[in-house]
Amino acid sequence: MVKLYSKEALEEILKAYKDWEENLLPQWLSRMPERQEEFTTLSGIPLKHFYTPADLKDFDYMEKLGVPGAYPFTRGIHATMYRARLWTMRMFSGYGGPEETNERLKMLIRAGETGLSLAFDNPTLVGVDPDDPLAEGAVGVVGVSVPTVVDMEVVFRDINLGEVTTNMTINAPAPVLLSFYVAVAEKQGVSYDRIGGTTQNDPLKEFIGQKTHVFPPEAAVKVAMDVIEWSVKNIPKWNPISISGYHIREAGATAVQELAFTLADGIEYVRQLIARGLDVDEFAPRLSFFFDAHINFFEEIAKFRAARRMWAKIMRDWFGAKKPRSWWMRFHVQTAGCSLYPQQPWLNIVRTTIEALAAVLGGCQSLHTNAFDEPFRVPSEFAAKIALRTQQIIAYETGVADVIDPLAGSYFIEWLTDEIEERAWRYIERIERMGGMLEAVKKGYPQREVEEAAYRFQREVEEGKRLIVGVNIFREEDIEEVRRVPLLEFNQEEVERRQKERVRKVRSMRDEVRWRRALDELRRAAERGENIMPYVLNAVKAYATLGEIMGVLKDVYGTYVEPPYY
Amino acid sequence: MSMERTLNHHTTRRKVKVLVAKIGLDGHDRGAKVIARALRDAGFEVVYTGLRQTVEQVVAAAIQEDVDIIGVNQHEGSHIYIARKLVEKLREYGADDIPVVMGGSIPVVDVDVLKSIGVKEVFLPGTPIREIVDKLMKLAEERRRTGRV
Repeated sequence: MVKLYSKEALEEILKAYKDWEENLLPQWLSRMPERQEEFTTLSGIPLKHFYTPADLKDFDYMEKLGVPGAYPFTRGIHATMYRARLWTMRMFSGYGGPEETNERLKMLIRAGETGLSLAFDNPTLVGVDPDDPLAEGAVGVVGVSVPTVVDMEVVFRDINLGEVTTNMTINAPAPVLLSFYVAVAEKQGVSYDRIGGTTQNDPLKEFIGQKTHVFPPEAAVKVAMDVIEWSVKNIPKWNPISISGYHIREAGATAVQELAFTLADGIEYVRQLIARGLDVDEFAPRLSFFFDAHINFFEEIAKFRAARRMWAKIMRDWFGAKKPRSWWMRFHVQTAGCSLYPQQPWLNIVRTTIEALAAVLGGCQSLHTNAFDEPFRVPSEFAAKIALRTQQIIAYETGVADVIDPLAGSYFIEWLTDEIEERAWRYIERIERMGGMLEAVKKGYPQREVEEAAYRFQREVEEGKRLIVGVNIFREEDIEEVRRVPLLEFNQEEVERRQKERVRKVRSMRDEVRWRRALDELRRAAERGENIMPYVLNAVKAYATLGEIMGVLKDVYGTYVEPPYY
Repeated sequence: MSMERTLNHHTTRRKVKVLVAKIGLDGHDRGAKVIARALRDAGFEVVYTGLRQTVEQVVAAAIQEDVDIIGVNQHEGSHIYIARKLVEKLREYGADDIPVVMGGSIPVVDVDVLKSIGVKEVFLPGTPIREIVDKLMKLAEERRRTGRV
């Protein structure tokens, strides 16, 4: 180990620090008290006034940082990072029916987005058809309604699935939506080896955040592992899972919890796949991740850097993966929806810009920037375009993408990266002692931790310890101005009627015998514990609907109901 | 039934009881859980329905638990649809003396619509908890005093 700082240098620095602390600091404090008694990150990590090499005294550069594109990847997974290829600008989009969403996707492609990302409505997210009583009033509201392969075909009208990659935020029904996508690609003449994109397919975090869970934890994990196993063997460019901290964070977690719980979810999935007999190097390169970029700038950058370093260690040292690609943590980032407020909503553009900058300085592979009108509704075209343009300004005007990991070597950033890593390891150890994340989730452990953190944050806001411009400081009575913000308008009732009609038409026109047989075969495969993916794909091609397929699976696996505690 | 409850309120002093409800398929429960805890800390008695409730289930729970207020948390854009249905069902069961309040991701322009439907208060993100507490207290006192809001 080569130390970055000599003993002599450290002694001198420490002496200067002590001198500052004993002489300069009290002098200044007596004249000018500080704004707060204590400064902490958003996650509550206490901060010193400033950092020096003495805070990194045993810092081993090669062990902690190295070079971009090599273990431990703290500085980035690619050797050239954004100098060769910018991050993918992937805007999470979808509303109404497939027609509306197809138009929105094409608008975003024209505006320069470089990857697609589908937002589904709540009925699709929990796997019910638009004519199910549970779907009433919710069809097409928070995302696009896609209950059949026919709908998926319309979503991608005039879009060549061999030329784009698509993220789908879908969890319990992931096998169904992936099958829709594969079937449409096939129909477009795109071969399996060219189908690229991502299914979120991360069931464990659903019990902590987002909560579009359908099956009980064990079955949910089994189904997700089916998707991964099938994908790595059949559609090699697909990311069959996006292990997500985003929703955990949005549910109120701290940055440390987000990082730790996401990695613990990842560890659980790797174990499950190895237990199925898969070779770690066969699937590890296809695992992808998804994080939140919150407003506490440096903490977020440090979190992203720590995440890469920790995952590389987990894959190489815990699981013995041999391929460097298996050690990569590739991740998508979305700016923090929960940091946006309806008061003076245009300020959200500024928040999103700062968060996006943190994501880029943290080395993300793809990025979604939230629209400023998101506290109200799914974004208008105007707001969505500003959000995309924000990324483009960061990419093309600011120069921040021209040097790799430009904040490395900052005493503060390196100290904070180490600190977040250490705190996250402590959580992971605790979860390991519980028997892994599946067990921890069943015990409700991460759920409670996150709820505590959410409540703590709210209290800090109430007490004025956390200041939010326009909310608990510089508040304005601006109702009339806010009222004039043009929001997305579409006829939801009309969409719901159209979607009900289409799903009924699909049901009435299909080959009954083939459809019935496909669903029966799916049921038997699920009962036998086989990988359900080939059977789901077959049922989709026989025009079985999302609700019908999920109905069969719910019969076999059961349904999860969250205990109503608070 | 409505009458019986009203009499009870006059004769006994008890904590203000709030039903915190999640209606529909929306899984965003951070706000609901934070508000449930904050109200409990502020001295309310709180019943949380859990996720994915139907309007019918919420009305039944409100009557059975004899609550003073129903608070609905919505982050999925169906607030107008749900408010209409909820107010209608409460009326159908003669329980429309229980005031309904809502909170969540709701456009400012919809606040008036919700109030015209009969929702008593609408709280947007960023509303201070003490403001919510004050308004709920007032609603509950009003109802106990008059038997109606």
